[in-house]
Amino acid sequence: MSLLEVKNLHASVNGKEILHGINLQVNIGEVHAIMGPNGSGKSTLAGVLAGREAYIVTEGQVLYQGKNLLEMDPEERAREGVFLAFQYPVEIPGVNNSYFLKAALNAIRKHKGLEELDAIDFLSLLKQKTKLVDMNESFLNRPVNEGFSGGEKKRNEIFHMAVLEPTLAILDETDSGLDIDALKTVSEGVNKLRSKENATIIVTHYQRLLNYIVPDFVHVLVDGIIVKSGGKDLAIKLEELGYDWVREETVHAV
Amino acid sequence: MATETNTIEQFADQEYKYGFITDIEADSTPAGLNEDIIRFISAKKQEPEWLLEWRLKSYRHWQKMEEPRWPNVKYPPIDYQAIVYYSAPKKKIELKDISEVDPELLRTYDKLGIPLREQEWLAGVAVDAVFDSVSVATTFKEKLRELGIVFCSFSEAVREYPDLVRKYLGSVVPANDNYFAALNSAVFSDGSFCFIPKGVRCPMELSTYFRINAADTGQFERTLIVAEEGSQVSYLEGCTAPMRDKNQLHAAVVELVALDNARIKYSTVQNWYPGDKEGRGGIYNFVTKRGKCAGVNSKISWTQVETGSAITWKYPSVLLIGDNSVGEFYSVAVVNNYQQADTGTKMTHIGKNTKSTIVSKGISAGHGQNSYRGLVEMKKNATNSRNYSQCDSLLLGDKCGAHTFPYIEVKNTSSKAEHEATTSKIGEDQIFYCKQRGLSTEDAVNMIVNGFCREVFHELPMEFAVEAQKLLGVSLEGSVG
Ligand SMILES: Nc1ncnc2c1ncn2[C@@H]1O[C@H](COP(=O)(O)OP(=O)(O)OP(=O)(O)O)[C@@H](O)[C@H]1O
Ligand SMILES: [Mg+2]
Repeated sequence: MSLLEVKNLHASVNGKEILHGINLQVNIGEVHAIMGPNGSGKSTLAGVLAGREAYIVTEGQVLYQGKNLLEMDPEERAREGVFLAFQYPVEIPGVNNSYFLKAALNAIRKHKGLEELDAIDFLSLLKQKTKLVDMNESFLNRPVNEGFSGGEKKRNEIFHMAVLEPTLAILDETDSGLDIDALKTVSEGVNKLRSKENATIIVTHYQRLLNYIVPDFVHVLVDGIIVKSGGKDLAIKLEELGYDWVREETVHAV
Repeated sequence: MATETNTIEQFADQEYKYGFITDIEADSTPAGLNEDIIRFISAKKQEPEWLLEWRLKSYRHWQKMEEPRWPNVKYPPIDYQAIVYYSAPKKKIELKDISEVDPELLRTYDKLGIPLREQEWLAGVAVDAVFDSVSVATTFKEKLRELGIVFCSFSEAVREYPDLVRKYLGSVVPANDNYFAALNSAVFSDGSFCFIPKGVRCPMELSTYFRINAADTGQFERTLIVAEEGSQVSYLEGCTAPMRDKNQLHAAVVELVALDNARIKYSTVQNWYPGDKEGRGGIYNFVTKRGKCAGVNSKISWTQVETGSAITWKYPSVLLIGDNSVGEFYSVAVVNNYQQADTGTKMTHIGKNTKSTIVSKGISAGHGQNSYRGLVEMKKNATNSRNYSQCDSLLLGDKCGAHTFPYIEVKNTSSKAEHEATTSKIGEDQIFYCKQRGLSTEDAVNMIVNGFCREVFHELPMEFAVEAQKLLGVSLEGSVG
């Protein structure tokens, strides 16, 4: 069944159109990679899916689990299982990371009609998830992302994902800023979270990440349009030939 | 942007949760102030002659003084002759037991979320509840008395411990200190008195709940806390008031005295009626709070969470007289709608090696105007003294304002004062991040604001911190769409 269906999506920021008609279908259990040059609209697409208010959808449709995603508030999307790992995670001074996650998880559980987790159950869940992404427990009691290094922030995003267990995870350049070892452990974490019940969209510039998290599909986004889609080999070809190759191909194809 | 516009509008929509009126018949003086009224108040309280004289002297001072105009707040002129200066619940109130308290009053406390019974039996907090100028319930007094601690209403202290009251009354805030202190000294109705004898550590938090009730009654509380050599006490003060159309003046005076090696921690959560969303009504809170570190190594610490009142004019201060004494001020001040706050502190370093710390967190929303005003003064003989000040302002929306007026005067070369200030807007990015994790906008704002105030909440006693966070939550309820 199709989990996410993006149809002819146009979106603009400050009156300027960035996405010019995106089509994308993600089925449950799949991993999709979106690649593309700087400024092509990858984060914009991620932001539109997560419900960032600055992005105005001018045309098109997004269905998530058959429902109109664009009608939902960002928090409702999150509670329905949409998760965005931010390209630039936000600092929330003074707010303890585990306190934040407890509130988030319980908001999601409440939405699903599940009982809220008490402090003890939550703590044991947290400890188990820190192991999954090999995160030092000291990060639990630090304010959310405050003073975290770039790589630590990215790891914390995946930690959030591990705790919240989304149905659709969108990872926006989670690999950038991670050192080689971190990239490996974080990827392993993502792989462990992968299942038949969820799907992942990975936004990245580098084929390297896709060696660790092997995608089912690769899409190339250029100037607000998906110009090419294919299997994991497409990423390898891109790495060799660069984006100009796709640009040229598109031109020829027209 | 869109979110912030919503913030402003929703803030304006938020209703005051604790707005209700209890109808206990009051017997009170007619409106207006003259020497006869003062004599009436004093007679009603069966006060000794010296106290009446002190009141009258204060009144004569007050008549010669002018209302201060320097605070960064605006309000129409106050008609002091329209104010009722004394009112008391009619029922007789020498109660031994909580079961003797008027059930209507207990229901009122329940609505306010003050579980008096629970506090008595579970939490171990001694409560001296001031209801309309007269104390109606005092608990745990006996237990405290065994330790030699006196904790009672001010009126009772005047009757039972006149020498102590006479010795310390006005010793920190002189009757002619400022306009509102002089007025209070003339007409103060009641309040709390607390005396911790030499070497005693008060085993529980002492707390007082103030409440303004009968219409048009100005409240003029008087609090005096004396900590003798080597003693320690933590005192909590919290309040909320019912909905009113007319502005109500509140001019309290709080005096703290710490002798050698004594420590006083004074915490306040203030949530008086702030006025409606157009800025009508609300309490004028013009308070003088000052502590005197009279002895060596003494320490006075003020912590306040101010969310209520239409206008707040309040500078809990410390006179650092004893060598090595320490003064602290931790403050959260929230203004919303048309609330105005001009608050801060004064640290006066007089003794050697004295230290002071100031942490002020101002939150402005709606059309609120929030000013921090601080004076750090290091006198010539206050050698090797230190001050650290940090003033942070958080803006929610763009119709509100934050202002800081820090004054620093260092009159010797070995002392140092450090001042840091920041102003930030609550970030749309932060709110979006929280929402993306499943939190409602309301919870997001609440969380961000509480995080901003964390350093101050840390200073509050545990239960009070929880209450303060809840209060902030109530103030921020429905704040962003
Ligand atoms: N708030 C904004 N105001 C104006 N332009 C914006 C805004 N947000 C995004 N843009 C523009 O939209 C385009 C797409 O940006 P986006 O962040 O989606 O690119 P990206 O593909 O994620 O790039 P990168 O690989 O560098 O992360 C860019 O040209 C960017 O400058
Ligand atoms: Mg991007």
